[in-house]
Amino acid sequence: MATTEPTVPASGLPAAAPGKYLTFTLGDESYGITVLAVREIIRLCPITPVASMPAHVKGVINLRGKVIPVVDLRTRFGLPPRIDDDRTCVIVTELATATGGSRLHGVIVDRVDEVAAFVGADIEPTPDFGGAIDVRFITGMAKAADRVTALVDLASIAAAELPGATSESHPTR
Amino acid sequence: MTHAGDPSAAADEAGKILQRIGLELAFATPGQEASAITLDDLFVSLLVALPDSAPAPLVAGVTAAAERLVTVAGGVVRPSADALAMLAAWHPWCEEAIAAWAGGRPVPEWRSAPAVGGDTPPPAQPVAPPPAPVPVVVPAPAPPPSVASPPMAPSPVAAGPMALPDLPELSVDVLPGDADADLLHLFCAEAQDLLREIEQGVLVLEADPTDAGQINTLFRAFHTFKGNAGVMKLAVLQQFTHELESLLDSARRGSLALGRDGIGVILAGADVLEKFVAELAAQVAGSRPPAPLSLPIPAVIEATRRVMEAPAAPAPQPAPPVVAPSVAIPQTAAKAPPPTPPASSHTPTVPAAPLPPVAKSPTVTAPAGPLPTAPLPVAAVVPRAQPSRVEPVAVAPSPARGGPARSAAGAIVRVDTHKLDSLIDLVGELVIAQSMVVQHPDLVASGDAHLSRAVGQLRGITSDLRRTAMALRMVPIRATFQKMARLIRDLAVQQDKEIQLVLEGEETELDRTVVDDLSDPLVHMIRNSADHGIESPAEREAAGKPRSGTITLQAFHQGGYIVIRIRDDGRGLSPERIRRKAEERGIIPPGATLDRREILELIFAPGFSTAETVTDLSGRGVGMDVVRRTITGLRGKIEIDSAVGTGTTFTLSVPLTLAIIEGLLVGVAGERYVIPTLSVRESFRLQPGMVTTLQGRGEMVTVHGRLVPLLRLRTRLGLGGDAPDVAGVVVVVEAGADSRCLLVDDLIGKQEVVIKDLGELFRDRTDFAGAAILGDGRVGLILDVAALVQLRGRQGEAAA
Repeated sequence: MATTEPTVPASGLPAAAPGKYLTFTLGDESYGITVLAVREIIRLCPITPVASMPAHVKGVINLRGKVIPVVDLRTRFGLPPRIDDDRTCVIVTELATATGGSRLHGVIVDRVDEVAAFVGADIEPTPDFGGAIDVRFITGMAKAADRVTALVDLASIAAAELPGATSESHPTR
Repeated sequence: MTHAGDPSAAADEAGKILQRIGLELAFATPGQEASAITLDDLFVSLLVALPDSAPAPLVAGVTAAAERLVTVAGGVVRPSADALAMLAAWHPWCEEAIAAWAGGRPVPEWRSAPAVGGDTPPPAQPVAPPPAPVPVVVPAPAPPPSVASPPMAPSPVAAGPMALPDLPELSVDVLPGDADADLLHLFCAEAQDLLREIEQGVLVLEADPTDAGQINTLFRAFHTFKGNAGVMKLAVLQQFTHELESLLDSARRGSLALGRDGIGVILAGADVLEKFVAELAAQVAGSRPPAPLSLPIPAVIEATRRVMEAPAAPAPQPAPPVVAPSVAIPQTAAKAPPPTPPASSHTPTVPAAPLPPVAKSPTVTAPAGPLPTAPLPVAAVVPRAQPSRVEPVAVAPSPARGGPARSAAGAIVRVDTHKLDSLIDLVGELVIAQSMVVQHPDLVASGDAHLSRAVGQLRGITSDLRRTAMALRMVPIRATFQKMARLIRDLAVQQDKEIQLVLEGEETELDRTVVDDLSDPLVHMIRNSADHGIESPAEREAAGKPRSGTITLQAFHQGGYIVIRIRDDGRGLSPERIRRKAEERGIIPPGATLDRREILELIFAPGFSTAETVTDLSGRGVGMDVVRRTITGLRGKIEIDSAVGTGTTFTLSVPLTLAIIEGLLVGVAGERYVIPTLSVRESFRLQPGMVTTLQGRGEMVTVHGRLVPLLRLRTRLGLGGDAPDVAGVVVVVEAGADSRCLLVDDLIGKQEVVIKDLGELFRDRTDFAGAAILGDGRVGLILDVAALVQLRGRQGEAAA
């Protein structure tokens, strides 16, 4: 991913709040999202691609009759592609929309780990990498059980995806 | 007065109401408005409860008391000590009278001081605009000075001797402070029904102002409205409705003949209510912030009183379509004009001056009231009986002439639309799950007779269930058509034309969501027909046509579509003029070869207008292109046919529901796409030599002797991959007057699919109109043909 973003001070988001997080793995890295946003976790299913979308927007799937978009977080965070295996899964999240409703989004991750409770002392602000790394969507780093978990704000990822949002140039496939 | 039940039941009901009157009297304080409104309300209920068969002295007594209450209060309902004393004496009499009636004994006459009538202040002296002292709702009688006031005329005032008086508008708080949102929601829904009923009733009344049944229906509608407003503590609204109700009450009792002024005032009042309800609904839904709304309430109240105070005159002869209204109806477009100082408000919107000189039509009736009846042009609504198209539906009881209209509504339940939508979603999912089970290879291979019978039954029930669920969303198009009736009436008055509207197939049903979206395009087209199509009476006579033009609005089902036809017998579209205009405006190059249909289609081009002069109704050059865009957005199409001198016909075909379409399933590079069948003209296998290229890139196919650009979907959708061994299949699609050849790998089949929204993430992906879940559970994308057809510029690149 092109990281020619103007430096964003860590992330413009409020710091991650203590609480329960669903942690998952991308490559060797651990990430977490608040469990409140998680609706369910499903196995990877056939995805219908939608033409001329950014590479990380894989397309849409049928979730029991609902058509929901799925985003590949690996591609989103600029990690190298990996062959899907039987642990690859889709975390279905429910995010509030600007219009007051809510919408389901699917997020493809390598593996789901656990639900971890982080207290305030566990969470540190995201270090400033001076723009070398895109940390716009990271709200904090949680240290627990000798592992560091990056806490991700999915709502702002989804918002940045929307047409018209200022974002990096969308590579078309 | 329409209860025909037995006297004892009616007397019982009357007795109960009287009891409540007694209770109210016990607490009533002179000069207090609230009690007067309630009292008056109760009196009206009592009058309604008395059947025609009730003893005359009883009816007379109740009427006299009710009148006294109203008169003494002088319209601004505030009972004097005098009136209350009279009522205190009246109450025991009435109790006795009702008891006598129930017991079959003779009813004693009510004797009291004669009601003071007719010597209320003259109309010229403006009765103070209603009353600041309604504590809850009116913030201040003066217009809030902070509101910027654009120089907009307040309610448009039309020709005729009566106009809405110059009074500042009243700023009304829309949301009552402590009301329950659900209740308000219900109130809005019911209010909208009532207002529709009122509007329809008034239009009927216009044709025959003496129609007692219709007056009764209207009266009851206002009465119910007032009651509901009272429950919601919308005091200003309640009082306002009260005024209109009083007017109708007088008409009902025969002490006032409803002339054109009366009808005009009722319509103006209904408009105010409509505006309020629309705003309330928006604020309850949260789509608009709570804010006060300015309404010409004082003006309408004043006008109502003037009509009431006009000396009674012999009722007009009920002659066929006459009595034109004189009050132009505040257009809903003029959204809540801010309070304007009274000085600047008299702005006639119609070239009003030379009305009387218009050739006297032989159909003019005796004047209604003392006001001179100018032979205004008239719009009459003629609902034509439809021979057995669809059985009458229970929804929205049509105000039956003269009958007790409301009772027909018997078995109707209001259901939250969200619940309805989620039920329909679930049924859609069930249908998909069912087809996945039924088509499962294991099941197909099992060959078990019991199993296959059970599966067959499942399939039957599911499809019945789906049909029923879809029917839940269907509503008759009647309400939309009625809106058009009102529109034509207003247009005819404003334009000095005589227009008759013929409605056919009002009971034709279609999806609720489609109905809403159809309204605006219909308004545009009706305006066009009335404005450009129908000629002036003189012009028509000169052309040997009847003075009065006819617009026919027709609806019927055809396949999975509802077809709406708008036909006028006006001057028709002149192809030469259209061509000239299009050339002037650079829409087509001079001398382009176009057939007749293509020329007519030009009126849908953006920036096209055929009107010689720009009027405030249409002819601003927007309109028809917007109409077509809306219809296309509904996955429908619009066709036009016109002959010079005999008229123009627009035909809209819109799918009955937005939820399901019939689609052609095509395969492209291993993916499946759905093309809506409505847009598909034909398909054929691509043969070598069919494709002509231009500059080595732009590809075209000859279809029936015409060159149609070829769009390779594989390239267009960025699917890449190797070209298939076979040449592929060409699907010819059209949107509007344009068509394209879409090249796909193969045709898979035809299928009805449930349309799913793709969501905001894909908002800019205009190639797709939505998604559908296919038989195997995977998602297929529905192609947006209109978008594909219009991509002229990108077609060249894509084919490169």
